[in-house]
Amino acid sequence: MMRILIIEDDKQASAYLAKGLKEVGHMADQASDGEEGLEMASAGSYDVLVVDRMLPKRDGLSVIQSLRKAGNHTPVLILSALGQVDDRVTGLRAGGDDYLPKPFAFTELLARIEALGRRPKAGVDVETVYRVADLELDRLAHRCTRAGKDIPLQPREFRLLEYLMQHAGQVVTRTMLLENVWEYHFDPQTNVIDVHISRLRSKIDKDFDSPLLHTVRGAGYTIRNGAGRDSAG
Amino acid sequence: MVPAVTALARLLRTTAFKLSLLYLAVFTGLSGFLFVSISRNTDTLMTEQVVQTVDAEIEGLADQYARGGARALVAAIDSRARRPDASLYLFVDFAGNVLAGNISRLPTTVLEEADGGVRRVKYGRGDGETEREAVVRTFEVPGGFRLLVGRDLGEQTRFRDILAGALRVWLVVVVVLALVTWAFVSRRVLKRIDAIAASSRQIMDGNLSQRLPLAGNGDEFDRLAISLNAMLERIEQLMQNLRDVTDNIAHDLKTPLTRLRTRLETTLNEARGEADLREAMEATIEDSEGLIRIFDALLQIARVEAMSPDGGLQPVDVAAIAEELADLYAPVLEDEGGSLKLDLLPVQTALGNRELIAQAMVNLIENALKYARSKNGQPLAITVMVRQEKDRILLSVADNGPGIEVKDRDRVLDRFVRLEQSRTEPGYGLGLSLVRAIARLHGGTLTLEDARPGLKAQIDLMVAPAAKAGGEEIDGTDRS
Repeated sequence: MMRILIIEDDKQASAYLAKGLKEVGHMADQASDGEEGLEMASAGSYDVLVVDRMLPKRDGLSVIQSLRKAGNHTPVLILSALGQVDDRVTGLRAGGDDYLPKPFAFTELLARIEALGRRPKAGVDVETVYRVADLELDRLAHRCTRAGKDIPLQPREFRLLEYLMQHAGQVVTRTMLLENVWEYHFDPQTNVIDVHISRLRSKIDKDFDSPLLHTVRGAGYTIRNGAGRDSAG
Repeated sequence: MVPAVTALARLLRTTAFKLSLLYLAVFTGLSGFLFVSISRNTDTLMTEQVVQTVDAEIEGLADQYARGGARALVAAIDSRARRPDASLYLFVDFAGNVLAGNISRLPTTVLEEADGGVRRVKYGRGDGETEREAVVRTFEVPGGFRLLVGRDLGEQTRFRDILAGALRVWLVVVVVLALVTWAFVSRRVLKRIDAIAASSRQIMDGNLSQRLPLAGNGDEFDRLAISLNAMLERIEQLMQNLRDVTDNIAHDLKTPLTRLRTRLETTLNEARGEADLREAMEATIEDSEGLIRIFDALLQIARVEAMSPDGGLQPVDVAAIAEELADLYAPVLEDEGGSLKLDLLPVQTALGNRELIAQAMVNLIENALKYARSKNGQPLAITVMVRQEKDRILLSVADNGPGIEVKDRDRVLDRFVRLEQSRTEPGYGLGLSLVRAIARLHGGTLTLEDARPGLKAQIDLMVAPAAKAGGEEIDGTDRS
């Protein structure tokens, strides 16, 4: 469970997001302008802030800058109707951690909030070996093994698996993969990410009994032990 | 009356009026200075001459005295005083009784201070005539006598009066000239400005094709009007673009919106269960996502077209982008038995926007994936090529598909243009428009060529100014 603050002036959209987040088991508070949002974010201890860029009374980016100046490092997801590359850059430069252009699918927002909320805190040692069931990824030795068997991976496949395992148990969307593994921010019209996933899957899952890399319909992918909320993909 | 007053007020507010006023002030000041300086100088000069004359008289009288004493002096003064000129004499005894001379009234102190110094005094010649000005010298003569010799300054006063008269005439001439200049300049300038103002009002009223008038003589107003006209030209062109885009958006969004609405209405009337509703809603969401994509693509094209190449372009390794994107897309082709080949030659760093160059390349690759699959089952082969020609970096994506006929190659770059044979594929006809906008931002063009068989789409980018060349320039300036 995570405590999430939504700072968004569109009441209907804000209520819809809060309802959706509560349904999957998070706690969600709402603020409808920049001043109120800054006050609530400073006072409460939230795991993730969802901040709309254009807000009455105080601009979203200014809210983030004030928080950062005051030493508050709560992860921030910026929502914006402006989706161009330079807008994203200004948003991240102002202290945002992720940037989601409007309109978006709720599954995309949820995946990004969960990825932000479970990010390793700064200063905490990052694991050097990721493990999911019998799958191991040694980030220092650049080695991948499953059930003790070596699995040779291309550099990009390694980066892909690394990102998935870093967010083990969480849903990772196609755009998140494109942004974080390939570092591009376009919207692919083709199934380009699926092809890479299916190649990775054939290497880590094909010769083993229980699949670990699952497709989450309408959202993206997740790597975890066992079936859970899985569906055939 | 009122319009006349406002017209006058308008004239008084003009720059021409203020300038004329300034000229007037400057000329008046200058004339005043000139007058004062001339009259002062002539005054000094004339006074010197007068003093010299007085000194010569005194010398002559001193001779008479040396020869014949006071009696000879009185006789000489008597004869000289009768001459009708500007010389003045007065010879008195110790009691102040006049012995000879042609002055009747004089301030008494003048005779008491007989130290031989030069003085300016007022005097009268008798007959009740008005006081006049004179330069005099007074001496003591042995035996208690006092002698005053001087000269009337009437000539000098007259000269000053002439100068003052000339100044008055001159001032009138200056004022008249200023008025004439003002009338001429303001009439001319106001006429030009009024013409420009009238044209701009017409333009503001919506007649964007109107231009500012030119006099054709290349003066400053013409140069201003030419610049403004160029600006208007650009604005009109942008407005036209905007209008075209709006028309296209209206046209292309209305179709899916109408479809969406019809489906919802039909479902509302005819749906027989949850399954029907669910199906309709899923289709609606899909359609709305398509609409959002069209909007995003149009916005991005507009943004790129509005971007200025001066800011935001950075050194970019085009070959690295090509490698990364080939790495991303190669598996898609390999899975269907096709291939994506890289054909890179070493090139210099380009000046550009990494994300936009990647976006352009992605659009070209995805276009090939969508439209270049041939019907005879031949596997799709895409080649991504990077070359350099002089100071342009050429980036091309070639396929082995059916290609685009020559007559369609220009048309297909426009917004929303989709060729008939590709209507079955998903897409909105905006991909190549964006590529072209990106190429233009980088000072280049998008060209479509025949790849025999297939299509070769190529954009060209500028080479980043090399750091080495900059260093040489700095060295050069150091040496000079």
